[in-house]
Amino acid sequence: MKKVLPRPTIFTAFFATLVLFMSPDFLQAQEGDPAAGKALFNAQCAACHRLDQRLVGPPLRGVSEKYDRSWIYNWVRNSAGLIASGDAQAIAIYEEYNKVPMTAFPLLSDADIDNILAYIDAPPAQPKAVEATPVVAPPAESGGNVNQIVIAALVLVLLVLVVMLILVRNILTRIAAANGIEVPVTQSKPIWKAFAENQFLILVTVIFSLLGSAYFAYGYFMQVGVDQGYQPVQPIHYSHKIHAGANQIDCKYCHSSARTSKHSGIPSLNVCMNCHKNIQEYNGETTPEYSKAFYDGEIQKLYKAVGWDPDLQQYTGETQPVEWVRIHNLPDFAYFNHSQHVTVGGVACETCHGPVQEMEIMYQYSPLTMGWCINCHRTTNVNVKDNEYYNKIHDALSQKYGVEEFTVSQMGGLECGKCHY
Amino acid sequence: MNQFFKLLLAVLVMVATQACQDTSRPNYQFMPNMYEPVGYETYGKSDAFTNGIEAQLPVPNTISRGFVPYEYENSPEGYNAARDSLFSPLEKNEDNLAKGKALFTIYCAVCHGDKGDGQGILVKNEKFLGVPSYADRPITEGSIYHVLMYGINSMGSHASQINRTERWQVVQYVQKLKADLTN
Repeated sequence: MKKVLPRPTIFTAFFATLVLFMSPDFLQAQEGDPAAGKALFNAQCAACHRLDQRLVGPPLRGVSEKYDRSWIYNWVRNSAGLIASGDAQAIAIYEEYNKVPMTAFPLLSDADIDNILAYIDAPPAQPKAVEATPVVAPPAESGGNVNQIVIAALVLVLLVLVVMLILVRNILTRIAAANGIEVPVTQSKPIWKAFAENQFLILVTVIFSLLGSAYFAYGYFMQVGVDQGYQPVQPIHYSHKIHAGANQIDCKYCHSSARTSKHSGIPSLNVCMNCHKNIQEYNGETTPEYSKAFYDGEIQKLYKAVGWDPDLQQYTGETQPVEWVRIHNLPDFAYFNHSQHVTVGGVACETCHGPVQEMEIMYQYSPLTMGWCINCHRTTNVNVKDNEYYNKIHDALSQKYGVEEFTVSQMGGLECGKCHY
Repeated sequence: MNQFFKLLLAVLVMVATQACQDTSRPNYQFMPNMYEPVGYETYGKSDAFTNGIEAQLPVPNTISRGFVPYEYENSPEGYNAARDSLFSPLEKNEDNLAKGKALFTIYCAVCHGDKGDGQGILVKNEKFLGVPSYADRPITEGSIYHVLMYGINSMGSHASQINRTERWQVVQYVQKLKADLTN
């Protein structure tokens, strides 16, 4: 009679976990439980192993056929011991993977390892056939849309009114004609002629047009040199929306020098590689414009620039500096220091840089004009607590202005020399 | 009719200026001479160096002022040596712990989790797997510092993001987390 392997059901999974927890020694089954194995694999192995891809260690699919099971148990619990004992197989693996020893897992029981192997041997999950990723249309900017609809409706109403007026006039003329009333056709002056003859009206018009053009000229000149909304195309598409939004990575993880220096540094590529050594492809939300293939391509661009060979998991040494396009750029005559604001002042990055976690492409959110700086300095209170070194001057300032908390400007934050020197 | 043409012209000019607003290019400047720096700008291009960039690596075999060399090498032996013989020069106090916590939240918590249990947001979203809990690893002051310096397995080096003192502050906080987890 052919032995039929029990299908892994929820019940068996439950049973296996139960047995696992109660008495791992009793369970000598070779099948193992893929579900428990997956949890173990993700917690213990995934730092260095993938199923089908080389990472720090070898890809694991098929290991249970390649090696003897008791050998695997030994290897997992103490690979260094196995290598030291002169096991040829063990030494071969050690040599192949750059002599990085595998962490020993003495706490994993045979059953645990069986579970992990069961997970590894489970047939690869079918790439969920297109899975009908609901491409959720981005929620329309409600404000703008409503305005447009209102305007469209108004225009429509106006058009209907005009048509109605013309129709009414036609009907009235026809009725008049039918009744034999002659409508006297007044010889009206063309409107522009009447306008040209009215000197008062001309004066008013001239004043208004002068004021209007002054307004527009002022508006034009005030925006010269202001780069609000500047959104250049970068050599590698880096989505702040994914990194800072979906993954909630702190701004200062990458821009670490914002804490300690004048500049909020552009991260060198080794910072990217802290995560992207491991994350080789994008598995998040996509849109038609930004597809998975697009994002994966951008990760490949990173690998090329930093000189990383994902197949060998090694740096090739051939690097290519990335020519990022600078977005926020103060004129040379204005001094600004990030650490003064971020670390000392405790200003959140979003205060000046806006909702970066929603930006697929980074843009300049604030105008970065002097008026904008000064407004903030006038309204922001300084946190003087726990700053004993300056207690005396802080007390004197509060007394001088008769306030509990004083603003940056009251502390001298509007003096020209603070920023221009 | 003249008036009408003027009006039309004005509208056209306004439309044109709107349409020409190209956000992928920087705006005009009043006096570029005063805007553009004379000196080399951080990360800027510069023909003073052969590779054309301002950001240069330190000259080989030199160290910057105040630099403290790290003697343990990036190898399993170095790791073991650091684990057993490297100790924090910092005083264990509240101030260091608070700074360590702030830094941990920025640099570590995204993978290791706020409690150090290996359940950071990237792990929960299955972007980054295999992050162990601090409770499950035999880590010491020295080994934590060593890993921050060089990285281990899938974790990269964080030496370029946090300096020596900051690393030791993080170490202090990680040890506190480990103590909290094991108790």
